[in-house]
Amino acid sequence: MADVTYLEALRQGLWEEMDRDPRVFILGEDVGAYGGAFKVTEGFTKKFGEARVIDTPISEAAIVGAAAGAAHMGMRPVAEMQFIDFISCAYDMLTNYVATARYRAGLATPIVVRGPCGGYVRGGPFHSQNPEAAFFHTPGLKIVYPATARDAKGLIKASIRDDDPVIYLEHKWLYRRIKEALPDEEEILTPIGEARLAREGKDLSIVTYGATVWKSLEAADQLAKDDGLAVEVLDLRTLLPMDDAAIMRTVQKTNKVLIVHEDTRTGGLAGEIAARINEQAFAWLDGPIMRVTAHDVPLPYAPTLEDFVLPQTEDIVKAARWLAAY
Amino acid sequence: MASRAASIPQSPPFPAGLTRDQLLEIYRYLRLTRTLEERLTALYRQSKVIGGLFRSLGQEGESVGSAYALARGPNPDILSPLIRNLGSMLVMGAQPLAILRQYMAKAEGPTRGRELNVHFNDLEKGYLGQISHLGDMVPVMAGIALSFKLRGEPRVGLVYVGDGATSTGTFHEGLNFAAVQRVPLVVIAEYNRWAYSTPPEKQFAVKDLAEKAKGYGIPAVTVDGNDVLAVYEVTKLAVERARRGHGVQFVEVKTYRRKGHAEHDDQHYVAKDELDWWAKENDPVDRYVKQLIQHEWAEQRELKAIDDRVKVEIDQATDACIDEPLPPGESALGGVYAGPAAAPRHWYRSL
Ligand SMILES: Cc1ncc(C[n+]2csc(CCOP(=O)(O)OP(=O)(O)O)c2C)c(N)n1
Ligand SMILES: [Mg+2]
Repeated sequence: MADVTYLEALRQGLWEEMDRDPRVFILGEDVGAYGGAFKVTEGFTKKFGEARVIDTPISEAAIVGAAAGAAHMGMRPVAEMQFIDFISCAYDMLTNYVATARYRAGLATPIVVRGPCGGYVRGGPFHSQNPEAAFFHTPGLKIVYPATARDAKGLIKASIRDDDPVIYLEHKWLYRRIKEALPDEEEILTPIGEARLAREGKDLSIVTYGATVWKSLEAADQLAKDDGLAVEVLDLRTLLPMDDAAIMRTVQKTNKVLIVHEDTRTGGLAGEIAARINEQAFAWLDGPIMRVTAHDVPLPYAPTLEDFVLPQTEDIVKAARWLAAY
Repeated sequence: MASRAASIPQSPPFPAGLTRDQLLEIYRYLRLTRTLEERLTALYRQSKVIGGLFRSLGQEGESVGSAYALARGPNPDILSPLIRNLGSMLVMGAQPLAILRQYMAKAEGPTRGRELNVHFNDLEKGYLGQISHLGDMVPVMAGIALSFKLRGEPRVGLVYVGDGATSTGTFHEGLNFAAVQRVPLVVIAEYNRWAYSTPPEKQFAVKDLAEKAKGYGIPAVTVDGNDVLAVYEVTKLAVERARRGHGVQFVEVKTYRRKGHAEHDDQHYVAKDELDWWAKENDPVDRYVKQLIQHEWAEQRELKAIDDRVKVEIDQATDACIDEPLPPGESALGGVYAGPAAAPRHWYRSL
């Protein structure tokens, strides 16, 4: 058992799959000799060789398109977006080509497209994005978003083994911030499509994912201490397909739900989650389904502005307190 | 020595049709760029510059030389700079004070803390800020140039693109669009041998970026990017051709990125002797100084006086803004749309 960071756990997961399965290869900008902008693939070229760790031109559409072609032929490519913000350059490939290939043409496209997401790092509008909503609307894609080191490892391994295309979102604010003891002997695989109960409670549920899992846990601690509230926190882990059963279970248990995400509000995932609860568990609700999200603006650079726009622990505390008293 | 300065005439034999004052002005912009970047580096180390810091050390010559070929003043030509074209922005009239405020995310900065580094514009002065997505400015600048063509204005657009960014789809679409439309656009392709850690061999299979332009029917030249005057001359020719209706012109500048991709990058993938060679033998500022002195276009003490004034200017600009406040959080909500309505403030913020 060694303490590993979120980033190291992701790295281990990639490493183990490369080691296990010769069909797996990595492609992306500066992933080889440099080891990736955040060093996720450091040491991979040395171990697996240049042929399996490909430094590409700055061509996101080509990276994803070429990954798709190789996947049709039985390879298991893992494409890195240097920052997930640049996945927009491959939007056409992902939504039109990759996502429809199985349905249209019976073609398997087992690719993983991964990259650093998220704010709280003063990255400004183009190095802080959370792109899940842009892809969530596209049938044929899967989307995972680990919040813990264990799931960073378990989900990258499961994504590589999955027979469909998976967008793997990793939060750069978590990279070196969180640590967890992971067993060396056990193979860690996190099933795609299963949420995780991050904290048990009975008074109110927070449904969340990504970095805001940690903000929600912090809020739950504070609410327990200051208000004597037992807040349940559900970490979705997989966004598409969504674990409806886990969401309804927690709603039925606490009867109140607050949805928290870092992405902007309008058209964000919280709307879809709320609709599902409304359809499947309306009778269990003792209060309105409420949302804590980023404000509907591009993410600005100045710390004062970024802090204002993004959801903070204090926001979750206030919103939960209000809902608990409803 | 004072009498000697007075004897230097204000007419040729000066190079590239430039006057002596212009030669000294070019020197001032080179020095201003380098000194300002050194100041930004110091501020970055003090965590005053909050985002990453990207240096143009060794590339100041191509930035300043190319921008200097544009028309400035009322209804200027418009260029779109990249992170390593601070010098180009300074030539177009960007003020060190505005740049310092922008890097430090100050409320009084040109984007009021919304955007970082050189991502800001002043179309009156003649520059349009980039976004991070590489290549995107090529089609946008094609559109700026298209507007000049449609309105019959004798103006030119100029867009910078890195060797790495020539691999993007937007670069190719924008270039082809501009070529077909024959818009007055000059493309400066910066072959600085690195795209983050990626060398040219892994980026493209041609030798020179100029070959890419030829595939779109665009005339292209390659020039020594660390020879300020050569860059100026070649760009000037390209700008005038574009202005006269000859369509897109492509200039490849061969230069070298002497710092890491950004300040965090230790350049472990770069050969030390290569860096040393470019620093010692091919620094654009050193080379220009040597030219100025050898041809007796200027005197050392004049250059020294410029250096001193630049330092004072940057000290004053820094002092003027270093303690300024950041923008108030709430100001993040305005300006998403043309109307006065701001984005709604979330409900729990009023609890
Ligand atoms: C579409 C896109 N993909 C990836 C990046 C990340 N990125 C930022 S700068 C850079 C290297 C750019 O190299 P080059 O174009 O040669 O410019 P230079 O840094 O040498 O000035 C990369 C890969 C980006 N900004 N945009
Ligand atoms: Mg480059």
